[in-house]
Amino acid sequence: MDLMLLFFIFTLAAFLGFELIAKVPSQLHTPLMSGSNAISGITIVGAIIAAGTDDNSWLTTVLGTGAVILATINVVGGYLVTDRMLGMFKKKIVAKKEDRA
Amino acid sequence: MNADTLINFAYIVASILFILGLKMLGRQASARRGNLLSALGMLIALVVTLLDRQVVNFTWIVIGLSVGAVIGVVCARVVKMTSMPEMVALLNGFGGLASLLVGWAEYGKIRAYGWDRYLAEFTGNPVFTSTVIFLAVLIGGLTFTGSLYAFAKLAAWVSGKPVIFRGQHVINGLLVLLILAGGAVAILASDPAIVLAGFTTYLVLSLVLGWTFVMPIGGGDMPVVISLLNSLSGLAACAAGFVISNNVLIVAGCLVGTSGVILSIIMCKAMNRSLLNVLFSGFGASAAVSEGGDGAVQGELKPISPEDAFAVLEAARQVVIIPGYGMAVSQAQHQVRELADLLEQNGAEVRFAIHPVAGRMPGHMNVLLAEASVPYEQLVEMDTINPMMPTMDVAIVIGANDVVNPAAARDKASPIYGMPIINAHEARTVICLKRGKGAGFSGIENQLFLLPNSRMLYGDAKSTLQSVVSEFKSISG
Repeated sequence: MDLMLLFFIFTLAAFLGFELIAKVPSQLHTPLMSGSNAISGITIVGAIIAAGTDDNSWLTTVLGTGAVILATINVVGGYLVTDRMLGMFKKKIVAKKEDRA
Repeated sequence: MNADTLINFAYIVASILFILGLKMLGRQASARRGNLLSALGMLIALVVTLLDRQVVNFTWIVIGLSVGAVIGVVCARVVKMTSMPEMVALLNGFGGLASLLVGWAEYGKIRAYGWDRYLAEFTGNPVFTSTVIFLAVLIGGLTFTGSLYAFAKLAAWVSGKPVIFRGQHVINGLLVLLILAGGAVAILASDPAIVLAGFTTYLVLSLVLGWTFVMPIGGGDMPVVISLLNSLSGLAACAAGFVISNNVLIVAGCLVGTSGVILSIIMCKAMNRSLLNVLFSGFGASAAVSEGGDGAVQGELKPISPEDAFAVLEAARQVVIIPGYGMAVSQAQHQVRELADLLEQNGAEVRFAIHPVAGRMPGHMNVLLAEASVPYEQLVEMDTINPMMPTMDVAIVIGANDVVNPAAARDKASPIYGMPIINAHEARTVICLKRGKGAGFSGIENQLFLLPNSRMLYGDAKSTLQSVVSEFKSISG
């Protein structure tokens, strides 16, 4: 793929990132942060490629496997913790409705 | 359709899911679904990557995924809500280290293959690829040790006070120069031994720099630091994406990078300080010097017993509760909620006023109160509560300090002058729950505590609240 194309994608994604987060209520700041933290675990894709390459080098395999473990913790832990937090927000609405009923 | 086309198509789908997910995370009603969508995007990206023709050996991938998933699930399950800032910092550090390892592994491959074979797989040229490997390792390394140090500060393994010493900026500056020099050598040299020396230099020093970078930043400024480190972990992934010319890494990493910057800026604005000031001023270490400025309020601290506090609260009709980091430390959120419920049964209207930087991460107080099932309709932001403050009978300040210090509005000599605060002092009576007589994070005496309408309720917030709650119960029961 052309290098310029990669820069092009990068630039557009940067502007998109700024636009997406412009107006978020402060009570969602923590879930937003841990949710986007989980997305940064996307480096798992690079980790898998590194760990799966068969180049007969133990160093690449060790580094790649380490990266897979760490990125997986980041991804799995990040999404689950975010879901757990948001679940508490949700539970409240239900509880409130029951109170009124 | 060959495998490459399929993979790239799936990466587009994953990117769309990340974008939609982030967007939906920004609204209360859709936040949880947004998180699920983004997780689905991650799953798709992960699964199709297994089809990549470079991936031929699955043993280590499966082992890595299993080990990581088990650790991730356990962490997410057992972590207490009060420890959420530490957890986010730690996960973030792992993400950074993963990107560093990816950069390192690619460097190892280049050494093993030689450039010709390597560049047949990936787009680029030696200078470009070496540069982005440098960036992935540098940013990933910074993120890793910086997050670990932030974790240690938040978990109180080390003191949350800023660590300042003479020549700190000089040392950090030298580190940066050495890292850049190591990078330049690794990028431009052709002799493999010299390249290795440059690579090792910047790898090691990046890890050192992360540490020394967070060192002078105090515990109370952690909301800014955590969101900034979060942003950096995204940028590290993005750099790794450039190394292996992978679109989904670039898009997802970049989204995280920029959204993290926005969050950091929001936090800085809430403190009326610039990002540079937060990062480099060593705030809170030298603050005591400016004490006793023009606007200093004379007065004494007036302690109050839980019984008397109860008497004041029983008569109150309008109550506002202002939580701070102290509530998190004593894990008092459930007692706070219980007290709020009793007050409401007693006919009072109860609101929770949340300062944007209360606690140790963005939105920290909201999460804790949510855990204690406080309905979020009851939470009000600073700008909403301040005009109503003069009509409040009682303001209960629970472990908050700088965010309610009137010196921020009055005392030009105060280090926190100009920071927007919740005007607790305008309420008829202010009850301040506090562990002891010490100063807040900024190191300055809180003028609020000295005002004639303030009463100090000393002790651990959880047990003092418990006593007030049982007073209420003994009346009604």
